[in-house]
Amino acid sequence: MAALICSTVAFCQDDLLKELEQSEKSETDYAFQTFKGTRLVNGHSVETKPRGTLEFIFAHRFGPLAGKMYELFGLDDAQVRLGLDYGITDNLSVSIGRNSFDKTMDGYVKYKLIRQSKGGRSFPVTVTALLGMGNTPLYHPDLEPDNFEYIDRLSYVSQLLIARKFTPNFSFQIMPTLVHRNAVDLDEGKNDQAAIGVGGRIKLTKSVALTSEYYYRINPVNYDRIKNPIGFGIDIETGGHVFQLVMTTTRELTERAFITETEGEFKDWNFQFGFNVTRTFQLKHK
Amino acid sequence: MKKILLLCFLYCFGSFAFGQKYATEKGQISFFSDAPVEDIEAINSVVGSLFNGSTGEIVYILKMRDFIFPKALMREHFNEKYIESEKYPKGTFQGKITGFSASATGVQNVRAIGKLSIHGVTQDIDVPGTIESVSGKLHMKSKFFVKLVDYNIKIPTIIWQNIAEEVEVRIDIIYKPL
Repeated sequence: MAALICSTVAFCQDDLLKELEQSEKSETDYAFQTFKGTRLVNGHSVETKPRGTLEFIFAHRFGPLAGKMYELFGLDDAQVRLGLDYGITDNLSVSIGRNSFDKTMDGYVKYKLIRQSKGGRSFPVTVTALLGMGNTPLYHPDLEPDNFEYIDRLSYVSQLLIARKFTPNFSFQIMPTLVHRNAVDLDEGKNDQAAIGVGGRIKLTKSVALTSEYYYRINPVNYDRIKNPIGFGIDIETGGHVFQLVMTTTRELTERAFITETEGEFKDWNFQFGFNVTRTFQLKHK
Repeated sequence: MKKILLLCFLYCFGSFAFGQKYATEKGQISFFSDAPVEDIEAINSVVGSLFNGSTGEIVYILKMRDFIFPKALMREHFNEKYIESEKYPKGTFQGKITGFSASATGVQNVRAIGKLSIHGVTQDIDVPGTIESVSGKLHMKSKFFVKLVDYNIKIPTIIWQNIAEEVEVRIDIIYKPL
């Protein structure tokens, strides 16, 4: 009889738990942290900064490995982008940066339109829209025609970032992109460059992940020098820092530059090492 | 066998029908980690709980993702690295409260004995608490420590100074009769 009472007590408890589970509404579960950082390798990921957080990104690209021992495999030469990203809301971020490569100042607005979710409201992917502008004050008196105006230094990028976190360890992203340059060299001949990017992440451990990124130009210029950019990275997270060690065919860090001006390729040592270091600061507390 | 099942059914049905049951009206479960480098407090205000006043049975369910931290990065790390909320989204407690009398007034000292499941690991716990009956509602409070190793939660050595090995869990919930 005692056993009977025991078993009924257990039975009742299970019922109480089931009752509680049923009474909870079918809530929507959103996918989170599809990627570790706001950048995949060189370009953006779907991630935006949470509200009130400021991220400092120090991106560093060495010279091509082709420099061999003479240039210590590119380590003699470095290009840097100093950037700040800030989350205005959990879905809206702004970003500014300055590139040493061609002295471009860049600015972005990034908005998470819809989040991947399951449960009450289910959606298969996260979609983020990115708008960016670059100002390249690099002075080329011999290349600039007489009627060259300041507005000719500007370029724009619009991008739709679409990502799905298939498993906690595997995320995939595609990014249709349009780059517009107000002025181009005659032999490069195109103001608008459409491209489609693909990228992904594979997590190796809780703190280490492999990332990759490739942009395919849809209407490439008839000019062999320019290549489609490829990049690989290893993300290592330690507390408030994320270190990204990268190997890319481009030294440039704005969409205009790496989509329309990449000259390197994984051939003849014509690619380079680099790293991104990010540090996050919480400016507003919840 | 049928008779036993019927008896079980009646027993359960009986206790449900005549026992006074309570559900969460509002309240929170929070935890506090006191470590050399930083103190971390996280609050979950979306806790589901049912309490059967006559049998003393009690259950809790909470979602790990509902814990709010002072810094967004803490929440990311908590979910992704420590509690692994994609694999183990919920924490539950299933047990019994002893020492509670529905007719008594004032603050009653009680004990909760049962199974606490966190991070896919279930442990038997026995923790103290208080229940105060205020105009038909019950105010339940408890404070106890949870050792991270007991629930197989690993803290990387590089940041062991940021996270305590034992966190203090505080429960503060007001129940309304169903």
